[in-house]
Amino acid sequence: MSARLQDLSSYEYVLPGSAACAGCPSSIALRLVGKALGENAVMVMTPSCAVASTGPLPHSCYNVPALNVCFASAGAAAGGLSLALEAQYEKGRLQGEMPTVFTWVGDGGTYDIGLQGLSAAAERNDNFIHFCYNNEAYSNTGMQRSGATPMHAVTTTTPLGKENPRKNLAMIMLRQEIPYMATASLSYPMDLYRKVVKAKSIKGFKYIEIHAPCAPGWKFATADTVEIGRLAVRSGAWLLWEAENGQVAVSSPTSQFTEGKAQPIPMIDYIGKQGRFAHLLKRDDQDAVLEEMRAAVLRDIRRLAENVNG
Amino acid sequence: MSKILNTGNGACAMAVKAAKVDIIAAYPITPQTSIAEKLAAYVAQGEMDAKYLPVESEHSVMSASAAASAAGARTFTATSSQGLLYMHEVLHYTAGGRLPLVIANVNRAICAPWCLYVDHQDAVSQRDTGWIQFFVSTIQEIYDTILLAYKVTEQIEIPVMVNYDGFLLSHSMMPFEPADQALVDAFLPAYEPNWRLHPQWGGTFGNVAPADEYTAHRRRLAEDLEKAKELIESEARNFQDLIGRWHGGLLDWQGPGDAEVLLVSMGSMASEVQLAVQLLERHGIRAAGLRIRVFRPFPREALARIIPAGAKVLVFDRNHAYGTGGGALLSEIKAALYDRRDNIQITGRVMGVGGEDLPASLLASQALEMWEELNR
Amino acid sequence: MNQSTNPSAHPFRQPLARGMTGAAGLTGGWRLQRPVLDPAKCNGCLLCWILCPDGVVAKDTRAIDYEYCKGCGICARECPRKAITMVKESDYEQNS
Repeated sequence: MSARLQDLSSYEYVLPGSAACAGCPSSIALRLVGKALGENAVMVMTPSCAVASTGPLPHSCYNVPALNVCFASAGAAAGGLSLALEAQYEKGRLQGEMPTVFTWVGDGGTYDIGLQGLSAAAERNDNFIHFCYNNEAYSNTGMQRSGATPMHAVTTTTPLGKENPRKNLAMIMLRQEIPYMATASLSYPMDLYRKVVKAKSIKGFKYIEIHAPCAPGWKFATADTVEIGRLAVRSGAWLLWEAENGQVAVSSPTSQFTEGKAQPIPMIDYIGKQGRFAHLLKRDDQDAVLEEMRAAVLRDIRRLAENVNG
Repeated sequence: MSKILNTGNGACAMAVKAAKVDIIAAYPITPQTSIAEKLAAYVAQGEMDAKYLPVESEHSVMSASAAASAAGARTFTATSSQGLLYMHEVLHYTAGGRLPLVIANVNRAICAPWCLYVDHQDAVSQRDTGWIQFFVSTIQEIYDTILLAYKVTEQIEIPVMVNYDGFLLSHSMMPFEPADQALVDAFLPAYEPNWRLHPQWGGTFGNVAPADEYTAHRRRLAEDLEKAKELIESEARNFQDLIGRWHGGLLDWQGPGDAEVLLVSMGSMASEVQLAVQLLERHGIRAAGLRIRVFRPFPREALARIIPAGAKVLVFDRNHAYGTGGGALLSEIKAALYDRRDNIQITGRVMGVGGEDLPASLLASQALEMWEELNR
Repeated sequence: MNQSTNPSAHPFRQPLARGMTGAAGLTGGWRLQRPVLDPAKCNGCLLCWILCPDGVVAKDTRAIDYEYCKGCGICARECPRKAITMVKESDYEQNS
């Protein structure tokens, strides 16, 4: 990996001195995305940690043109922006290569309030990349549950642990048969980088969801951000895969699970390191709960594998 | 150019085509739908060099339009009723963002209960969004005002809503005169934005503002809305010089100049008001119609200037300003004339809500009733 | 877009901000622990550079910009050669 990291651009989307928390996963992931997309890009953001991190007007930590829009607006705004730029390049009012349009949106703006507009943009095949940095809750407002919050996780609105499993949005996107989609993790930077470069090369709607462990929200030490993301993948709690026009390809190391070459590490190795699951470890029936979580992971792996040839 | 026969929505679509709009995002709603359909047909048939984005809701219509405008494109959309209400959040956003936009709002009542017919509750509910709001009264005025709206919005960078009455104007046919394309191009040159959301310009648009920045930014919008009055009047005169038609600037006084009874209204009702004025003449009442053509910014100074001392001002509202005992226009007129303190009497009626028919005879009898109340 | 704090002086009516280093101030002041690199142990793998949320590690020299480093500790945790050590700011100040 070291040789390839050398090749990554020094161009930065996120400049030092942002208002993001120490260890912010959005900043890590967006820096990587910037190195893949380059200077000729325009970003659309909806209310989220990444917006709160910007710093106050008239200053901004972002070194890429950015439009802050309303919470439910990502899909439509990016679609409108992309089309408006295309119209002006066609009419000769703008010259050169058209910038890459992408969104930088949290799980709330993707799974919940923004899903209608996003699904419509996917159906229209609008030309942009939607990035969801998924920190599994409304972290910007102080960690409330979202549709992406996993079962049993404590948030401020699920103080006893969430009772429902998360929405499997990647599978919903898969069924929309979009040109390209991928799941990724900031803990696997070169895999993420490769997927962003690929998305950039494809015209139409692209969806990339990046698992983004949030230290203050999930309650672990900031230094462990990348390690927690890695454990999520190794435990199968987060699966790495991609699909071109509905054709699924599983990425390493998740492919070792789907191909039956390796087993995920125990769930306790992942959730045991996060305060949001600490209540589970005090329960008498914790073994049964962990077994259920493991079964859910294995089911998701099996279903993903079924889609490879599906 | 010779006159043609078309519906209000047809005239609106023709004006949008003449304005050489780049981007149209639209979603169907009665009675606006035929604008969205006509524009889709223009684009599909290559009669218009524009992009059409068929979004899934009005919230997305305005979100897409906002971003398209930020990218520097001339942008249009149309809606009605619930659709306008569903956009509400993004209406505030686009005005605060100072994004030039034009929307045709074909006025329709709002639910509950459901109602397809005209009133002004949809637009009046958006009066504090920071948008410029026109209310027009004829099909000719729809066509002309769409063109004027682009000229205004692209200079002052405040979005403009052109309101006209559902079915009464949107679906009825009237003869009107489209403008020669060369004259439209002379009046409305290609849009040259000061800034674009593009790497060439850079910048982060609309991040969190501290109190001082926010206060100053919003105050600038309020101040620029006041400045918009002069701009609208001067561009309406430019339009008259170039294309030869005049519909009033901010206000439209319709009737004898020495009238001391004024029947105030907005939208197509103003045409019936002109007939009602003639009926009142038979009762020996010297009346005139006063049509509010621009509701936001509200023409306070022009009203205070034009209304004579001792006048009786009778206001017809096609909306409720709930909890105020009347309609929005009545409150606005009273507020605008309060400082005059020269014996102006003002009263009003809420009429025509939910498409209630407003023949001149009804308006005249209500005006007579109000006149008598004021004389008691 | 200038960086004046007087918005009425802004050349654009739109609410526009300019990207800059330190948009939220000198965030190095948030730091409780300081990452200290031992260049002798560093093999230049660049994981610290790519995984730093705040982009404060120089790609060429791996020098850390302490004016903005928030002290999250990811670089030290992820360094495969353990070339970065987290030192309490109070200890660091006493020792230097």
